[in-house]
Amino acid sequence: MSSGYGIVAVLVVAVGTMLVGTYGLRISRTTSDFFVASRTVSPWWNASAIGGEYLSAASFVGIAGLIFAHGPDMLWFPVGYTAGYLVLLALVAAPLRRSGAYTLPDFAEARFASPVVRAVASVFALGIGWLYLLPQLQGAGLTLNTVTGAPDWVGALVVAVVVTTNVISGGMRSITFVQAFQYWLKLTAIAVPVVFLVMAWHAHGARDLTGPGFPEFPKQTTVAFDSDTTVDVPRSTVYNGAGRVDGQRVDGGGELTAGQHVVAAGTRLTFPEGAAVPHVRSIPSNTNDVWALPMRGGERFPLYAVYSLIIATFLGTMGLPHVIVRFYTNPNGRAARRTTLIVLGLLGVFYLMPPIYGALGRLYTPELLMTGDTDAVVLVLPSRMIDGLGGQLLGALVAGGAFAAFLSTSSGLMVSLAGVLSRDVLRLRGVRGFRVSTVLAVLVPLGMTWLVGKVPVADMVGLAFAVAASSLCPLLVLGIWSTRITTVGAVAGMVAGGLPALVAGLVTISSRGGGAWYHVFLARPAAWTVPLGFVVMYVVSLLTPRKVPPGVNHVMVRLHAPENLGLRSQDRL
Amino acid sequence: MTSPQRPPTQRVVVTSPRTRAPRAPRPYPASREIDEQSELGAVYMRSLIRTQRRLGLLLCAVVCGSVAALPLVFTFAPDVGAQRLLGLPLPWLLLGFLVFPVFVLAGWFYVRQAERNEREFAELVERS
Repeated sequence: MSSGYGIVAVLVVAVGTMLVGTYGLRISRTTSDFFVASRTVSPWWNASAIGGEYLSAASFVGIAGLIFAHGPDMLWFPVGYTAGYLVLLALVAAPLRRSGAYTLPDFAEARFASPVVRAVASVFALGIGWLYLLPQLQGAGLTLNTVTGAPDWVGALVVAVVVTTNVISGGMRSITFVQAFQYWLKLTAIAVPVVFLVMAWHAHGARDLTGPGFPEFPKQTTVAFDSDTTVDVPRSTVYNGAGRVDGQRVDGGGELTAGQHVVAAGTRLTFPEGAAVPHVRSIPSNTNDVWALPMRGGERFPLYAVYSLIIATFLGTMGLPHVIVRFYTNPNGRAARRTTLIVLGLLGVFYLMPPIYGALGRLYTPELLMTGDTDAVVLVLPSRMIDGLGGQLLGALVAGGAFAAFLSTSSGLMVSLAGVLSRDVLRLRGVRGFRVSTVLAVLVPLGMTWLVGKVPVADMVGLAFAVAASSLCPLLVLGIWSTRITTVGAVAGMVAGGLPALVAGLVTISSRGGGAWYHVFLARPAAWTVPLGFVVMYVVSLLTPRKVPPGVNHVMVRLHAPENLGLRSQDRL
Repeated sequence: MTSPQRPPTQRVVVTSPRTRAPRAPRPYPASREIDEQSELGAVYMRSLIRTQRRLGLLLCAVVCGSVAALPLVFTFAPDVGAQRLLGLPLPWLLLGFLVFPVFVLAGWFYVRQAERNEREFAELVERS
């Protein structure tokens, strides 16, 4: 799908983001401007900004891709991403704002008055941020590769440069504008094509999406492989092509018999219309009607996988560093709650769209099941379903929106990571320290993109959620609602929950295979690491009652009392 | 805290509470009790925290709990997952569409309730 319009759309988004960022530069002066936009952002602006920041590559391209491949079990991703905000609203939003801190380590210090708790929280905030930044860069590479055919690292580099420049020049103030603008851009970019896609689907006769057959090539299709791929062939099919299949040189016609085959990198195979699509081994070969049923995603322990995902996403949202930093830009606890409520609505509207792409992809872009590039379904679908200029323009719109997704999420992450780095690791104060930290914050994940295998974008984001849910979520929830948590307990709980989740995540993204029976326990660790984190934090706290931080009651007043009482305990805010 | 038992001989005229005339300032307002970390202030704060904690946990348990029960339903009653409603398979309709308005409604309810708790707390503190 090499298209000039797509390149133009990506360029427009990148340049537009820079321009809006420069507008912010003129009004961002002090350190406080840089970090939290001087706390003057209204709930609607703030909610749009949170939405813009939160809807990442995983939401824009990843969810549709996973639904396309694995069916309705993957709907738990959007449900969980949204429910995370409900949990955040009910348990964290207002007290977090009232704690009056800039970053998560600041909260840890405000609540526990302990440099050790602060340091451990910083380490996890950094780990989560980098784990989350990585799939954004990968997604950017994928998008640019799909749109222009450029190698994967180009997209990652473009996003890194644009975001770094933007954050360095404007900080959070400009980021708030950029993010709010990006939410509406993303919603437009994913919703407008849906209207046309559904109309096109009707015009093509509204074929059943959940019919009894395997996905079939809608017309004669050429599939190119850029890596060695093992495929399951559900029904024998003829092909035409050049390259290596099962170690044999092929040139011209041949037949793929039902069963497993290995296709070498660089091979191009052309399949006739109506042939059943071979599936890459990691995707279960299901007929469309089985695909549409829940609990058939091809996992070995489907119930464990789903519940682990639910726990990670429901509880992980509150632990994401770039989400937390947004709450400090609210003027008070009440506004923080209202902002979160608006966010719930904005996310709900957006998440209606990706499943439609996923379902239509089964009919119109099934060859992605064969290459395994399922994340590309959103990008490819418009130009595939709608002929001519219209399809190209819609494709460009989607590409632009996807790029906006990478830019905005990466910006938010960079701001929070740079905040943590400059205050806790490098200990450089002021605007200059923030700028130095920004550069460092982007170099680490950029380097990591070379080490990572082909893990779906949404899965990798799921890992970041799992780490957040196992380490920072217990710290926040127990720290806000219980006076018994001690400094020793807080550190023990974060390490006991977060460290296994982090290690499991790193093992998952670095290993290419994944056939082992215990794979799902590493790829979806939350179901065992989250309870571990909570239990260890609480039990260790009960065992070390002397380590309750002094002045805990004072802190509790600050976290929970409404601001309008004029309490002196809250004067610092 | 309020008036102790009086001897029955004394007459009292009961009318509505005085709202127009300014109250005589109490020597020790509750907000000061809270600020100065007295036992009484701690009692006030504990009651607010308990109310808000109960509200938050209850909301999470009811909404997230009932949504999170769906995979169990789909596993142990596969027929439910195969149902169709409004032309869509039931799991798609529930997870792809209906949960989102439910979340927003639940959030709206929580915000209303939490603000009411805070208002009541503020009134309690200012009145005493």
